[in-house]
This record gives sequence, structure tokens and C-alpha cells, in this order.
Amino acid sequence: MARIEARRDPTAGDDGAEMLRGDLVVRDLTVAYQEKVVLRGVNARMRPGQVIGVIGPNGGGKSTLLKAILGIVPVTHGTVTLAGRPAATMRGRMAYVPQREAVDWDFPVTVWDVAMMGRYPRLGWLRRPGSPDEARVEAVLRQVGMWGERRTQIGQLSGGQQQRVFIARALAQEGDVLLLDEPLNGIDAQTQEVIRAIIEEERQAGKIVLLATHDLVSASCACDCLCCLNQRLVSYGPTPETYTPETLSATYGGPVIMLGPAGGVASVPAREPGAHPHHWPDHPHHRHAHENLGREHD
Amino acid sequence: MVGLHHWVVEPFGYAFMQRALVEVVLTGAVTGAIGTYVVLRGLSFIGDALSHAIFPGVVIAFLLGRSVFLGALVFGLLTSASIVVLATSRRIKEDSAIGVLFAGTFALGVVLISTTRNFARDLASFLFGNVLGVTTGDMWLSATVGGLVVILMVLFHKELVLVAFDRAAAQALGIRVFWLDLLLLVLISLTIVVSLSAVGNILVVALLVTPAAAARLLTDRVTVMIGLSASFGVIAGVLGLLVSYHADVAAGGTIVLVATFLFGLVWLLAPTHGVLVAPWRRRRATAVDTSGEARVVLESPDAGGAGR
Repeated sequence: MARIEARRDPTAGDDGAEMLRGDLVVRDLTVAYQEKVVLRGVNARMRPGQVIGVIGPNGGGKSTLLKAILGIVPVTHGTVTLAGRPAATMRGRMAYVPQREAVDWDFPVTVWDVAMMGRYPRLGWLRRPGSPDEARVEAVLRQVGMWGERRTQIGQLSGGQQQRVFIARALAQEGDVLLLDEPLNGIDAQTQEVIRAIIEEERQAGKIVLLATHDLVSASCACDCLCCLNQRLVSYGPTPETYTPETLSATYGGPVIMLGPAGGVASVPAREPGAHPHHWPDHPHHRHAHENLGREHD
Repeated sequence: MVGLHHWVVEPFGYAFMQRALVEVVLTGAVTGAIGTYVVLRGLSFIGDALSHAIFPGVVIAFLLGRSVFLGALVFGLLTSASIVVLATSRRIKEDSAIGVLFAGTFALGVVLISTTRNFARDLASFLFGNVLGVTTGDMWLSATVGGLVVILMVLFHKELVLVAFDRAAAQALGIRVFWLDLLLLVLISLTIVVSLSAVGNILVVALLVTPAAAARLLTDRVTVMIGLSASFGVIAGVLGLLVSYHADVAAGGTIVLVATFLFGLVWLLAPTHGVLVAPWRRRRATAVDTSGEARVVLESPDAGGAGR
């Protein structure tokens, strides 16, 4: 129940005291690639100990929001602050797990090398990793179950193992914010379990976790708040208030089918066929059987 | 023994061959090492462009009677900066911009050098190197600049690798990728400057790419790759120099041919990536694919297409 209590109204409160606690605040954010606006009007306040699900259709701006928070895409308008300071100046405190498709898997680095990269912000320029860094890397590789594969070149791993290595890199960084871009995409059950456990641990440790996903069931189960994007901010708020047919319909731009009892936990755009394999079976919020839950298409 | 003595020791009885030996060893080691980043980042074309763009600098310095090194250095730095800046604007595709830049500057060099009396000879020595004409001063300059390149590579190794591997994460980790891009291009420029007398403007790109590409086939570690690549560069330089001496052919071209031959050998015979062992490798790859990923694909056919 601690989780429920940890949920607060994400948009309430003004500046000042909250900021000092380490809130991540996105204000009136607009991002454009060249002249094309891909995301606009995003306002969100994310608090330590909250898991925020970033959902929406493909091209809706999920990855873009994460990258804008990290300051690696140019922000046209608006601000992102962490603990009251511009987030772009605090990049070392934000740990990022990119989509697997964005990585060059043929690159000659081992599992150990990748995890060690998470230590670089702490090392700074010119310095080489020391024994505290090695101890931390060993700990996180054991945590994600990849210690045995530490000498393996990353291209030889399965998709789920690759995902766990990148999560290890993010954990090695010991940041305040963890940004996961589609971590549940095409991975095995063991990896899903590892990711679920890590998200929970990070929440308990008072970190802010952003989880961009097209997996609505996982998002509704794992997240305290949902940030619904469709090239603009459709809705941001506690999961029980945002995970509704109305909001999802507005987010995905079509009619939704309700599954389960009213007060609904499961809904999909009607035009979407296909089953979804992801389940988070032992989560307390996972009260209903979800079947025929689709994912968005372009 | 007489044969070996004749082939390997005798040539270096000449002072000009001793200087040439030092020059090709330096060139081979530095191009091989920095070539690792060129290959890992897919910068072959940019390396080629840089080497061409440096040409007018060489010619202008030559015409003014100044140090050719200095001219090359100035143009190398200017071009590196231009490429990094051009890459940040999106109106023109980066490769088009670089194509325009290097063709134009190279033409400028050709026009300028056509004003000299010994046009053909001078052009050839700049374009293809003149390692037998290396002076002691050239040698020391190469050693100094080459040493600088190696020191900078060692100092910024982890950042250079991270930016090459995962650019977005490097940015997220607070690495200033713009400056690292510039650093890498400057290092490549300096390397090209070091290599001018050994292999010349045109052939240097072969030494930037070929040894590193061969090394990549033999290892899955970046540091090992740098060492192997530098070794291949040195072997190609020394063997090429010897062969060119005995066969009385151009040294620069021969060095590159030896490097290409070495690459061919590795490409055929490398233990895991070699072409001759490919059937075995394919079997193993299939075995790996039957784990988690394949299963998920069966369950959700659109998993690969979604979320990109």
C-alpha cells in the first residue's frame, strides 16, 4: 500500500520546496525536427519514488520526450528542470536505456565494457575506472543476471540479454532518474521479470523512473502516473485517472474496446487486432485478466 | 643467410633507407591505431575527404617555401572544423556537403600546383608520397606529431569509444560529442599529415582503413583491435618498403598493396570471421537464434516493427 500512498497529484504544487526534493519538471515543452513539430505542450511534474509510464501511438513522441528530457534533441520551446536546475546540465544524473534498435550490436565491446560506460560521468575526463567502479559494475551485472556473460561481445547475446546489459549500464550510473525506452520490446520472460524487479527497486530507492512503452498492460500495472502522448500531451496524471477508455481513445485517436469490468483497466483501439504476450502476473495492480490487448500500429 | 642478409639487412645500410624505415614504422603505427576509430565509426569517406582537402594546404606551403607540414596542418584543422559544423546543419546531407568541400579544395590544389615548372613530378610526390626523400627534419616532425596523436588517443580513449558505440547514450551521459567529433577529425588530420611523405595524400586513406578492417576480423575488443591494426600498419610499411626497394617500384603504392594483401589473408583465414570458416559460423549463429528472441517473435509477429 506504500505504493498507493506514494502517489500524489503529479500536477499540483508550485515551485520552491518541491523542486529541492529533486522533482523532474517539464514545462510547456515543444520539440521540432527541422520545421516539423513532433511534440508540443507537455507539462508534467515527476516526483522521486514515482514510476511514470509514457504511452501513445508510434510517432506519438514517446522517445522524443525521453530524449528531450535528456537534452539530446533540441528543445524548441519550454524547459526541463531536475531539482530546480536545467536538466541538460545534470545529464550524469539521468540514466538512459535506448531502444535496442538504436544500438550498433557489431561494435567490438563486451558486456563488461558496456556496463562500465555507466561509470564515465563519475570518472570525468581523462580518468580510468578504479576498483569502486569495478565493484559497482560487478554488482549491477549480478543484479541483472549477466555476470556470467561479462566477457561476451554484445552482438552474441539474445535480445533480452542485450536489454539487461543496457539496464546494467544505467544502474551502474547511480543516477536520480532512470529513462527506459521500450525496454519490454521483444524480450523473454526472465528479462521482463528482471526489469519489473529493477523498476520496483528504483521506486523504493526514491528514483524517478520513466518507462516509454506501447505495452498498455505493463504500463498500467507498473506505473504510478501515465503520460499519454499523441504529438501533444493528451493527459498526465495518476494511473487510475488516466488509464480510462476516454483518455486512451483520445491518445490513440480511435474508438476503444473495453475489456473487463467498468472502472476499466483494459482497453484498446478497436482497429487493432493481435494478441500481446506481455504479462506482469504477480503485480498487486494486475487485478484483471487481460486478453486480446493490442498495441498500436502506424 | 646470405639471401636474408641481402633482402632485409643490406638495404638499410643506406641512410635514406634508414630514414624511410623510421618514417614507415611511424606512419604504419599511427594510421593503424587511429584507423580503428575510422573503421568503427564508418568514417572512411571522411578520411578520404580530409586527405584531399589537405592537398591545397600542402601546395600553398610548398609554393611559399614554407613547411609543407604546417600547410597541411592548417588545412586539416580548417576542414575538420568545416565538416563538424556542416554536419550540424540539416539542409544539405552531410555526405553531399563533404563531397562538395573536398572536391573543391582538391581542385584548388591541382590548379595551384600547375603553376610550378616541375608540375608532374611535384604532383606525384604529394599525391603518392616520396618516402626515399624523407629528411631528418621530416622524421622528427613525424615522430612529434605521431606521438601527440597517440597521447591524445590514450587520454580520450574511453570517450572516443563511447561516442563511436552509442552516440545518444554518450550525450545522455554528459559527453560533449561535438568536441569529440572535432577531436577525432583533428587526430585523423594530424595522422594524414604524418603519413604524407610515406604514402601521400591519396593512398593514406588505405592505411587508415585497411589494417583496422583486418584487425576487426580478428578481435572483439577495441584495445586489442588498436594494437593489431597498428601492427598490421607497421608490417605493411616495412614489407612494402623492402619490396619496393628490391623491385624498384613506388614505395607508397607497394606499402598499400602489402596492406591490402594482409587484409585479404585475414579475410579468408580469420578464426571466427574468416570467409573460409563461414559455414561453421552460420551453424553457430542459427543455434543462438533459437533462444528467447525467436520465441517472442512467434508470439507477437509485429514485435520487430513496433516502437521504432
